[in-house]
Amino acid sequence: MPELKGKKANWLKIESFLMKGRAFIALIFVLIIFTIIVPNFVNSTNLVVMTKHVAIYATLAIGMTFVILTGGIDLSVGSIAGLCAMMAGGFINEGITIGTNTYYPSIPMVLILTMAIGTFCGIINGFIIAKFNVAAFIATLGMWYVARGFAQIRSNGLTFPNLVGRAELGNTGFPQLGAGSFLGISYSIWIMLVFMLVAIFVTRKLPFGRHVYAIGGNEKAARMSGVAIDKTKIGVYAISGFCSSVVGLIIASQLVASHPMTGDSYEMTAIAAVVLGGASLSGGIGSIGGTVIGAFVIGILSDGLVMAGVSSFWQQVAKGIVIVFAVIIDQVQRRLQERVSLSQQVEEKENR
Amino acid sequence: MSETQFPEKTGTLENRAENPDDIILHAEKITKVYPGTTALNNVDFDAYRGKVNVLVGENGAGKSTLMKILAGVEQPTSGKLYLEGKEISNGSIKEAGRNGIGIIFQEMMVFPNLTVTENIFTGREKRVNGIVSYKEQRAETVKILKKMEQNINPDQLVGELRVGQQQIIEIARAVSEKRKILIMDEPTSALSNDEVKVLFKLMRELLISGVTIIYISHKLEELLQIGDYITVLRDGNKMASAKVKDINLPWIIRWMVGEKHTMKSYHQTRQIGEELMRVENITLPRIGGGFSVDHVNFTVHKGEVLGLYGLVGAGRSELFECLCGYAKDASGKIFIQNKEIKSRHIDERISDGIILVPENRQVDGLVQTMSVGGNVVLSSLKNLMKGFWISAKEEKKAINKKVEEIHIKVPDTNNLITSLSGGNQQKVVVSRALLTNPTILLLDEPTRGIDVGAKAEIFQLVNELASKGYGIIFVSTELKEVISVSDRILVMSKGKITGEFTREEATEEALVTASAIGHELEGVKNA
Repeated sequence: MPELKGKKANWLKIESFLMKGRAFIALIFVLIIFTIIVPNFVNSTNLVVMTKHVAIYATLAIGMTFVILTGGIDLSVGSIAGLCAMMAGGFINEGITIGTNTYYPSIPMVLILTMAIGTFCGIINGFIIAKFNVAAFIATLGMWYVARGFAQIRSNGLTFPNLVGRAELGNTGFPQLGAGSFLGISYSIWIMLVFMLVAIFVTRKLPFGRHVYAIGGNEKAARMSGVAIDKTKIGVYAISGFCSSVVGLIIASQLVASHPMTGDSYEMTAIAAVVLGGASLSGGIGSIGGTVIGAFVIGILSDGLVMAGVSSFWQQVAKGIVIVFAVIIDQVQRRLQERVSLSQQVEEKENR
Repeated sequence: MSETQFPEKTGTLENRAENPDDIILHAEKITKVYPGTTALNNVDFDAYRGKVNVLVGENGAGKSTLMKILAGVEQPTSGKLYLEGKEISNGSIKEAGRNGIGIIFQEMMVFPNLTVTENIFTGREKRVNGIVSYKEQRAETVKILKKMEQNINPDQLVGELRVGQQQIIEIARAVSEKRKILIMDEPTSALSNDEVKVLFKLMRELLISGVTIIYISHKLEELLQIGDYITVLRDGNKMASAKVKDINLPWIIRWMVGEKHTMKSYHQTRQIGEELMRVENITLPRIGGGFSVDHVNFTVHKGEVLGLYGLVGAGRSELFECLCGYAKDASGKIFIQNKEIKSRHIDERISDGIILVPENRQVDGLVQTMSVGGNVVLSSLKNLMKGFWISAKEEKKAINKKVEEIHIKVPDTNNLITSLSGGNQQKVVVSRALLTNPTILLLDEPTRGIDVGAKAEIFQLVNELASKGYGIIFVSTELKEVISVSDRILVMSKGKITGEFTREEATEEALVTASAIGHELEGVKNA
């Protein structure tokens, strides 16, 4: 009998391990599938293109991970990216007009201002959620509308084209962000890598990161332990807003134009990546590494479907199924986890 | 029967032999075992037809468990139930309802988002052709409320009513169900004196119409007024039963708390040092008027365990919420080592040296998704930083030190907190508090829901901590615990401190008496 119990417990452990690594397994799975059905799927050009797409999703999803770890949600990331793209485009093409003077900020200044705007949008989200106790879904849904609205207002719905700047105004070089590379790897991928490393460090090594996990795990207990709930919540939405602004900049730079609908529906892709990466939407569980893998799964899935010649309508169906499937797995995993910890408890009792 | 005489332990009621038919509900040898504890041990219980059958006992005596078994909420581990001589099984609360048994729970179960009428008929809506007829429900609600002499608008949302009125609604619901047997688990805890009078009148009417009532309360005077038969439980055992007219208050208390100390004293003599904390006029207004904490003053000394006793709702937990910075509307002055502290938030209070170990471990204490180690260091991450980030080495050192000091039994501190037993989980919450280097440690019912062995370890720990010079305030609803560990005991009732006892003066009777101050019911008996 005890032998059987041990075996059962081991199976549970294996199952649980597989579940935890589900994002990685899914990644290998989609890679194998597309390698088989798409000729020349794995070649260096393809991989670079795909990774550039993934970098955008991953950067958004890293910010989203912080939010979801606290048990929140940020629906406004796509809209904020769009607003930031428009703001940056406006700064380059039209400058900042104060009174009758028009000032054209340099490109570093454009980047800083735009990132400040995105971060500010996130702070507003966090402030409303933390201080007025508004559900994150509602507060960020509001920002989803407002930011997209302002993105359209900025140009009256038009595109800012040809964001190359003018030498006499000293604001050339913006397309470099999207097109440039370092050591043969494009900047957007570097940005994703740097954000990933910094975010891993923050979640693991800073009190802020621990507080994020604690709030998502049990907000009341975190409060009782002296965690500054409001500050931490505002912090995570600020991070998410910041990541959105960077994504808006990268997209505008890659296109050398900014369109008001930039980043439309990206929030769903980001949320899907986070959940696929093993995070629980109720908070407290998840990791940055998982999220980045989740972003790769989503990115490769969508690019692979395009390359396989699947119609864009069927692509949507496929993505939808994958996302729902991921959440189902999330629930299954949670139940499994409970069983594992229960069997641990039984083992402990028997050993005593 | 004179007051010093004790009846035999079980079943020597002369009238039971006389009128065996009078027993409508008979529970035989009920045992209920939960993991780690035995809540009920071979308990027999009789409910007499058309009478108020009172059940008393301290917290943890098994009253609520027994009631839950009678009402079908819980299933007994062993034992049988007989209704009017026929064996029944109450597999669910619905089945018990079909058997004619209804219950009013201790914790209020109202729907604040529904109207009074909807609340009374939730789950058994009156239908006309399959559609809920609000009109009919409303008409009946008006009738019931009128009978109960309550001036409550049947269309008002229950969430807008006072707590006492909400309780009335719950009683109204139970009454409208027209059960043969009605179980009331502390129905008066939230009622004003006037409302209690109305309730008692209503109960008498119910009795006349043949309803049998099983009644639980902590307010002993109340029991003497309304009860016909009384049964006393202690530590899951039935201690005594009698006719209420044959007994008096001291009789109840003696059976409730026992003749001798059954619990080992965990107190160790130690040097009590200088004053660590002094609080002046701590006050917390209650929503809906009055005070949860009413101008409280006291001091705590170095190396002292200050016990705080009181009934449910006396304001103990609220006082702790004021001290730890959780209650935003609290006022009053707090001095730590004679220096007034001005902080208002929990994190600031922790740096000032006051930290709470909350009562409800699962809700307020643990972050279930984190590891044992993560939970231990949660409150003191700043102290573990090396320059810009948390030092893994320092963290590991701090965790291991506490695990060893507090004797937390865990194979690996990276294991999830939920894999530990209740007692060990409690120790994790305590060690988190200790890691912040507090001056004052507030322990709110630290032994709740843990087994006897683990309780002893917690008491031992409290002693060790006091000897190390912490000032400790220890809250418990269990008399024996408070008396066993405290150097000095304060008793609270209705938000006020109603008694202060040194270790030598503290007897269970004295504490119970002090805890009932303010609960007297003038003239209820003849209302």
